[in-house]
Formats: sequence, C-alpha cells, structure tokens
Amino acid sequence: MTAVDNLSLSVENGEIFGFLGPNGSGKSTLIRMLCGLITPSAGHARVAGFDILSETDEVRQTIGYMSQQFSLYQDLTVWENVNFYAHVYGLKGARLEERRNAVIDLTHIGPFRDRRAAALSGGWKQRLALSCALVHEPKIIFLDEPTAGIDPVARRELWDLFFQLASTGITLFVTTHYMDEAERCARVGYIFNSKLITYGEPDDLKKLPDVTPADAKWAEVTCPNTTVALAELKRAPYVHDATIFGQSIHLLMDSGEPLDRIKLTLKQIGITEAEVQPARPSLEDVFVTLTKRYAGNGRGGSSR
Amino acid sequence: MFKGFGSVFYKEVIQISRDPLTLGLMLLVPMLQLLLFGYAINTDVRNIKTAVYNLDPGPQSRDLLHAFENTDYFKIVSYAGSDEELNHAIVSGRVKIGIKIPPDYSDRLLTNRQATVLVLIDGSDSSIATQSLQVVSQVGLTESLSRLSSILQSRDSRTSQLPVEIRPKMLFNPDSRSANFMVPGLIAVILQIITTLLTAFSIVRERERGTLEQLLVTPVRPFGLMLGKLVPYGLIGIVETLTVLTVMRLVFDVPINGSLWLLLALSLLFLFTALAIGLLISTKAQSQMQALQLAWLIMLPSVLLSGFMFPRDSMPIVMQVVGYLVPATHFMEIIRGIVLRGATLVDLLPEVITLVVMGILLLVLSAFRFRKKLA
Repeated sequence: MTAVDNLSLSVENGEIFGFLGPNGSGKSTLIRMLCGLITPSAGHARVAGFDILSETDEVRQTIGYMSQQFSLYQDLTVWENVNFYAHVYGLKGARLEERRNAVIDLTHIGPFRDRRAAALSGGWKQRLALSCALVHEPKIIFLDEPTAGIDPVARRELWDLFFQLASTGITLFVTTHYMDEAERCARVGYIFNSKLITYGEPDDLKKLPDVTPADAKWAEVTCPNTTVALAELKRAPYVHDATIFGQSIHLLMDSGEPLDRIKLTLKQIGITEAEVQPARPSLEDVFVTLTKRYAGNGRGGSSR
Repeated sequence: MFKGFGSVFYKEVIQISRDPLTLGLMLLVPMLQLLLFGYAINTDVRNIKTAVYNLDPGPQSRDLLHAFENTDYFKIVSYAGSDEELNHAIVSGRVKIGIKIPPDYSDRLLTNRQATVLVLIDGSDSSIATQSLQVVSQVGLTESLSRLSSILQSRDSRTSQLPVEIRPKMLFNPDSRSANFMVPGLIAVILQIITTLLTAFSIVRERERGTLEQLLVTPVRPFGLMLGKLVPYGLIGIVETLTVLTVMRLVFDVPINGSLWLLLALSLLFLFTALAIGLLISTKAQSQMQALQLAWLIMLPSVLLSGFMFPRDSMPIVMQVVGYLVPATHFMEIIRGIVLRGATLVDLLPEVITLVVMGILLLVLSAFRFRKKLA
C-alpha cells in the first residue's frame, strides 16, 4: 500500500499552507511522516532545514503537532497539560514561565487553567491543544483537521489565531475539508489517491487549464428546483459538468454556446425563472474537477 | 537516553491520584485476595464431619471411636441407625466419613479374633480422601498394636510398649501448616498478576485515547517514557508488597525465618521484572481488551506452572521451561526460601540473577519494540 506516493512540495516560512483531499487520500499519513511518527519507505524530506530521517530530534524540537482527535490528557487540568508538555520539551525556570504565559495569553485559555481538559468544549480543547503544541516555540506547526467538529464561531476564532501565528513568522501546515478555510490559505495543495495533484495560490489554481479547458467556460445558474434543473443540465450535450453550489448550480459548458442556451434548456422542463451569469470556478470546482479527472485517468493505471 | 522521565513520572502520579477508586482497588485487592485465598486454599485436613453406625454395645467400640476423634481429623457429628442412613449421610454431603462398627466387635476382640470395622470415605474431595485413608489406617494400626501389646503384656510383663514406634519429624514447617507454605507462594502469584496488569494498561490507555501520538512528536525518549510509566506503579507495588507481607505475618501467623530486609530488597527486584512484562504487553496490545488477554498468558502460568500449586519437578520439561520464563516462579523460590528455610542471598543467587537478567531484557525489548513501532 502506498499512502503517499512520490510527493514533492516546498512550503515557505510564515505562510499558511492548506492541504486538501478526500478522506483516505493520505493527508494524515504525510503529516505523520513529516512529524517523524512514521518512516517513509523511500525518499527524503526536510522540515525547517532538518532531515526527517537523520535529524529526528532536531525536527521534533522545531515542530508542533495537533492531531485530528483531541489527544491531550483529559484527566489533567489545562495548566497541568501545558506544564507537562513544557517539561517534556525540556523548558526550565524563567524560560518555562515565559513560554507558558505566552501560549496562555495567545489562546486566552487562562480563565480555564484549573479545569480538567475533559470538561472543556470542543473549541477550547483545540485551543488547549494549540497551547501545548506551541509551548516550545516551534517554527512549524502541523494541524491535522484542527476545526473538524467544532462550531462555526469557534472555527473562525481559531483561524484568526492561525493568522496571528503566521504573522509572527510561524509556518502552519493545515489539513482541512472546508473550502472557505482553503480559500484563506496562502497556498493550497491537493492530494488524491496518495498523489499531490496540484498546489499553488488559490487564485492561480482556479486559472488552471485542467479546470477550465480552452473550449469551455464556467457559468452560475440560479433557479428554483435546483435538483431537477441539475439533472436536466447534466444531460445537455453542451454541458461538460455541473454541480450544486449552495443555492445555485455551477457548470462548465462549451465556450461557443451562449449563456441563454441554458435558459432554453430549463424552459423545456418548465423552469422559467432562471438567472445565468458567467462565473469563475470556485476552489471547490477546482478540486471536484481535478478529482473526477484523475479518478477517471487512474482507473487504468492506479492498480499497482 | 532517559529524557522525559521526570515529566512522564510526575504526570503519571497526578493521573493516578485523579482516579482514587482505581488506586484504592490497586492497594486493597492484593490484601483481599490474600485473605480470601489464604483461608480458602487450606490443604490441612481437620475436623472432618463423620457419621457413626455403631451396632456394638461394648466399651471397646467406644474406645475405638475416641481413638478416631482424638486424632483431630474426625469429628463425629451424627449417629446413624441403619446402613441406608449411614450411606445417605455421605451421599447427601452432610458427612465425609462413615464408620460402621459390627455388633460382634467387642466379642471378637475379647476372644482374640479379628474384628473388622467398615469405614466409608467420600472420594469426591481428593485431598480429604487421601488424608483420611492414611489416618484411618493409622488409627486401625494403632488400635491393633495396642490390643496386641496388651495381649502380649498379659503373657510377658516385660513388653509394656509397642514393638515399633515411629516418631516423624518434619523440617522447616514442623506443624505441616499449609499456610506457611501457601501464603508466601500466594503472595508471589498475586503480586505478579496485579503488577503485570498495572503496567499492561498504562501505555495501551494512552494509545487508545490518542495521547500517545501527541507524546511521540515530542523529544521524549523511549526509556524515559518506559521508566516514567514504570516507577509510579513500582511504588504502588512496594506498598502492596508491604501490605501482603504484613497480612502474612500478622493474620496468617507465618514466621519469617530469614532476613526481612533481604526479602524486601528481592521483592523490589521482582516487582521491577513483573512490571517490565506488563510494559512489553503494553507495546504489543492495541487496546486494553487485548492487553488483558495477553496478560492472561502470564497470569495462568504464574498460577499453574510456577510451583505454586504443583511441584515443578514433576512437570514435563516443556512446562518447566514455560514456568521458568515467568518471574513469579523465581520469586516463589525466593520468598519460600527466605520465609520458610531462612535462605540467604548466596543460597538464592541463581534466582536473583535470573530475575535481574529477565528484567533488563524485558525493559530493553519493550523500549526497542516501542521505538521500532513508532520511529
């Protein structure tokens, strides 16, 4: 089994790098490799300039890691958890105090310092996890789906924190399933079937020729009864692809066809109130298109 | 090499103290087990309930029954009026022994003919059966001899004693008290089981809760982690050892013939080895359930193959080897040696060396397995 296959990319200092891909595509495996939790069968990687195979200890001192599930001691208090990790990283004396105060100030978890971790809500648990991952002042921090399962307000606040961290020069490597989070990243990488399919700035990805072929253009259709409309539009010969996107339909169509052709198609099935506008592909369009494309190509060749 | 020991140790102590129920059980359970089993596993046979069907009116039959009762092995609890009644008393389990004295018992003795007494023994409890059989024959023999001697005496007044006198003497455990033999062995078994379980769960628990992964991205060293986990439970093990030794001395009244300090020192060594086995299990098991199942692999041989219940010398060689691999086997020798025979360190050197080697090997193996798995 190859979970991460011939993947190469480099991430700049102080940026937030978003890492996307369907479940099981190898995102977590890659992060675990970079953190030294598992050894790659071949290849090499440098994290903060240190080789992950031969300089494991240096790597561990310079990275922070927040895993998918909450993985701190539930029966210890906030304060004891932070202290434990500070001690494990060998912090002592004034430095210990300074770092402890710094992470608690940053995450605002001070009021809960004597509460057991088990009694914290999802968002605060993540803040505690972040505090522990930051206590030794890492240069890079790996966040594996940090916002999975927490409410939208906490999610937004957590991202504000991430930006604050990035502004201090810390590099953040974040995996996520949320497109809005991906849009906020300086750069994103997309992994599918253990392969890095593409990476770059979100705006550049939207301009990829794979996403918008030369003979095609994107349109956004707003109409009632979107599910019926979608089924009809997918059958239309001039439509390459269509998906529901919130209240509207995003579709890729022949660039030679006028947008009004869509209205005609919809009129045939009784939908008269349709609004059609030219659109730019969203990041979701990018990934859905790429996934389909590579899943189609992969059918013949991915069985090795 | 031991980086992270202090912090893991401190964290573990807090976590243990957060769970007072478990801590209480850890400390109490060994003592309870010792008390329960110490009283229950008693191979001394005493006061066996006995029924009597006496058809003989003469004083000779009463002498015989007194002889039976005087051995302390038998306690006559009921008198039967017929063969069926006697038989039923045994079948129903009310008594273990039935004695039937025939109507002509006195007559035959007085006329110097052989008299036969029927003794029924319940064979369903083997230890009672074998011991009763012995004692019954002994009583019969003694009776015969004393009768014989009185006959002889009447003819020749010089012979006033039985022709043969056997006075057995047992070494080390003169009263043949099973407590002296069982309780120290029981301590070895109980400590082995409890300590193995303690550590077997410790790392698996972190794995199950996902905290292990977080711990492994830190610079904590396998040895630091292992020792940090082992030492707090070792301390609990010491308290447990002291409790069970106190119970042994005060409740079961087992005297310690050798040096108490030597016993304590070697108990420490044993605890270390037993805990290390738990650690090894912990590195293998993926869940607490698996850890428990693996722990049984150690727990069963430490009961059955350690020499606790059955003598190791009479086991097939394969079983002896398996038993050898269990630390409890060696500690069994040590604790029985010190408590019963007053053995010194020199006497116990082979066991001590085995435990030291075992403990170190186990710890290194655990740390190695642990590193390999996650590196």
